[in-house]
Amino acid sequence: MSRRAAGLKAWIWQRLTAIYLGLFILFLLGRLVLDPPLHVAEWRGWLGGPLVSTASLLFVFALLLHAWVGVRDILMDYVRPIALRAGLMSLVIVILLGCGLWAVEILIVARVG
Amino acid sequence: MQPSDRPVFLNLLQVRLPIAGVMSILHRASGLLLFLLIPPLLYLLELSLSSPAGFATVRDGLHSLPARAGLFVLLWALLHHLFAGIRYLLLDIHVGVERPRYRHSAWLVTISAPLASVILMVALT
Repeated sequence: MSRRAAGLKAWIWQRLTAIYLGLFILFLLGRLVLDPPLHVAEWRGWLGGPLVSTASLLFVFALLLHAWVGVRDILMDYVRPIALRAGLMSLVIVILLGCGLWAVEILIVARVG
Repeated sequence: MQPSDRPVFLNLLQVRLPIAGVMSILHRASGLLLFLLIPPLLYLLELSLSSPAGFATVRDGLHSLPARAGLFVLLWALLHHLFAGIRYLLLDIHVGVERPRYRHSAWLVTISAPLASVILMVALT
């Protein structure tokens, strides 16, 4: 039961984050196509603005969660040997957490710097 | 049960996978690719924000042929994953589950993703 509940929870998170990620990507692509930033100050100012930088931080967290559920599903489906699977899952977690911290750092620097 | 004549050799070129299956595999492949592209994209984001020179490097670098090929792959992965994802969300709420529409929407996703990628690439560079 708890395993099934965990699966259901992952299923719901995958979809909730998907909706936010999709909306944010459309917003980002729309801005880049319709009104591309012409120099670094404008780009920093846009990304560092309170609204966009908060939305971007939320995007980072949603992406980490979404990518984790997706990659985990792929590993569970295709990688049988338990040690290899656990090793790859650990590697994915390290990569995702590292990238998450890096992204947060970039966004904070854009906001305060 | 038939006596086993395994191992079965599956010739993947002879397996006629329905379009929804093709789309589904591409949804997974594009998702995995997007995961792998996170670090290089973060690097480019940081570079573009670092200085006027860094910004110019990223902006002007987009016009070279290898960069455009890379951008196309990124946009295709992003858009295929997005379109297929929207289709799955609609199926979750029972939109488009009937036979013909189920197949048509899978075709639509698979074909429109590369087309939209080309259009978006032209618009961005």
